[in-house]
Amino acid sequence: MSQSDSNSLNNGVHIQPLAPEHFHQQAKAALADPQLRQNFRGAMDYLKDKRKLAFSDVAEEKHIRNLSEAIRQRCLSKLPDLLEQLESNCINNGIQVHWAEDAIQANQIIADIAQRHNAKEIIKGKSMVSEEIELNHEMAKLGINCLESDMGEYIVQLDGDKPSHIIMPAIHKNKQEVSDTFAAHLDNFTPTIDVDELIQTGRSRLRQKFQDADIGLSGVNFAVAETGTLCLVENEGNGRMCTTVPDVHIAITGIEKVVEFLTDVPPLYSALTRSATGQAITTYFNMITSPRREGELDGPQEVHLVLLDNGRTQAFQDEEMRKTLQCIRCGACMNHCPVYTRIGGHAYGTVYPGPIGKIISPHMMGLEKTKDLVTASSLCGACGEVCPVKIPIPEMLQRLRNEAKNPATAAHPEIKGQASAASKTEMLAMKSFAYAATHPAIYHLGSWSATKVRGLIPSKLGAWTQCRSAPKPASKTLHQLLKASHKKDQS
Amino acid sequence: MRIYPAKPSKVYFYATCLVDMFDPQAGLDAITLLEQQGIEVIFVEKQTCCGQPAYSSGYDKQAKQVAQSQIDLFPENWPVVVLSGSCGGMMHHHYRRLFKGDSNQAMVDTFCDRVFELTEFLVNVCRASLIDQGDKSVVVMHTSCAARREMNVHLTATQLLEQLDNVEIREQAYESECCGFGGTFAVRHPDISQSMVEDKTQHLCATEATELVSADWGCLLNINGALEYQNKALRGVHLASFLLARTGGQ
Ligand code: SF4
Repeated sequence: MSQSDSNSLNNGVHIQPLAPEHFHQQAKAALADPQLRQNFRGAMDYLKDKRKLAFSDVAEEKHIRNLSEAIRQRCLSKLPDLLEQLESNCINNGIQVHWAEDAIQANQIIADIAQRHNAKEIIKGKSMVSEEIELNHEMAKLGINCLESDMGEYIVQLDGDKPSHIIMPAIHKNKQEVSDTFAAHLDNFTPTIDVDELIQTGRSRLRQKFQDADIGLSGVNFAVAETGTLCLVENEGNGRMCTTVPDVHIAITGIEKVVEFLTDVPPLYSALTRSATGQAITTYFNMITSPRREGELDGPQEVHLVLLDNGRTQAFQDEEMRKTLQCIRCGACMNHCPVYTRIGGHAYGTVYPGPIGKIISPHMMGLEKTKDLVTASSLCGACGEVCPVKIPIPEMLQRLRNEAKNPATAAHPEIKGQASAASKTEMLAMKSFAYAATHPAIYHLGSWSATKVRGLIPSKLGAWTQCRSAPKPASKTLHQLLKASHKKDQS
Repeated sequence: MRIYPAKPSKVYFYATCLVDMFDPQAGLDAITLLEQQGIEVIFVEKQTCCGQPAYSSGYDKQAKQVAQSQIDLFPENWPVVVLSGSCGGMMHHHYRRLFKGDSNQAMVDTFCDRVFELTEFLVNVCRASLIDQGDKSVVVMHTSCAARREMNVHLTATQLLEQLDNVEIREQAYESECCGFGGTFAVRHPDISQSMVEDKTQHLCATEATELVSADWGCLLNINGALEYQNKALRGVHLASFLLARTGGQ
């Protein structure tokens, strides 16, 4: 199967290719698609309810979030050391470790491994990092076929599309639409909206592929430094198949995924599954500590770990934005986001959509490309409220907005795309605002005049009045009223 | 949980720029509510705006200048009662971030500690008990996201409403969801904002409540603007005005 370059935002609208630079158009198109909106609203409501049930004990929720935050912050505070420790323990266990600064290097590493084994077929478990480096696309160029085995990813791949959610890649589709996709791409498929039948269809088509694949590729949820163990959380068993059946297993992950101790895993795992799907535990939890050992009946002959930076160091170097790397990719922030719920994942044009996408993508792609994402939030805080590792996402957005508008200062290192949203007119407006707000006489003259011309306020105020009437100032400001009444008036 | 001080004899009152310009009556009513609690209310005339428009647009430097000028206006160790969760959140929460690491950080933190949103102040500091003198009414309330998530005071506004015997409170669907205002967000991303405010007004109207209240003028500007545009009869009023009217103040 070849991966096509065209991505469908929805059934009617094709924007090629989806990109964060086209966020406004993409969002507009998504908003105009009632089916898409209904699919997302329904799915997000379902996931929100599941999470709520899983955290029905508020005190426990608080405890788990505090604990998870503390673990992630401790691990990040020692990140360089832990990565070294992870590397040496992995090597001791027989896992080969590779470092990739960017997508190009990561793809090169994987291509080299594939070519050494003469591999033509890679079967993949779910991995957002592989999306980040556009692995399927790059491998296809070399004649290597990547097949997605996670059900959602499989559906998305059949469509030549991209995931719209980090843990539910095909959440933008309802049952009927999944059936349509299967009907369009699979032989001998009888359309159905029975979910079990749909899943069995996918599974039976994939079964043989695990046997045929030369390489299995997976992501990593937690990489344990003290033991050199790669942990993989999944529900379908395809992850276990990918990491045990083919002769070669390649795990790819971001450098931030390392944790210090094995005992760090259970609390984070619990926080992850509860936040993501409301599950107490997933159906499968894999811990991979070496290739097949003497006498073992299964498992790959070779295990590789690819550790990708791709902009993460930039976030790491900044004490405040480092918190971005606490993320354990549960997806709860997008499930609770009023913007994501309405526009869905594709509209962002980034691999990671939703609130986490808005704060991590600028480090990966630069602010120039992602500046519209960082403003696309009312800062309502619903994301930060549910984040299991307590990333203050709205604060990260505030920070990125400031970096997008202003040159770097001595306080922080310059970031990619620094000041790319700087605007002379806006800066002037903000300076005038600050001047007036710090000079009360001028400020109050301004509000006083607004009350005088209230009848003259145009009924059309651009973007504001496309769905609202123009606001009308009162006939007198509070300052005037209080002055007139000689009420409490003290300066 | 925040630890609240004992009821003071004096407070500073921070009206916010939106109330000053769009609903001064809410400011007067809030002052009366506080005075009814036996508190002397000091309105510093030089107050302007908390600086949030600059802050949320990415102009930290300008926001900080404004913040500093406002902080300087309230030198006495009295509580600063703010008539909006959003501006309260700015002054209680974000000012700390703006001045983090600065030489005057400790002074700013002390100021931030003195900032209270009106309803939390009435409930947690004044322990206000209200006696409803109004007719039967069905009310729906919208709570701003900042009040809910930055100030953690969404419960206090409800507690005040619940004290009113003749008021039936209806809860709208997606009650905790943002109305789509977000300051400059509404004009930078008008289509997304529109989809949010349209859902919000639909959910509010679906309750068939006859009155709508909110303790935040940012949300009211947005929601009322949309309701008016849609020719709906429902209009939001500031909670302070509503409470005062119900308790026979005016
Ligand atoms: S930012 Fe928080 S809520 Fe969002 S995916 Fe990461 S861990 Fe989950």
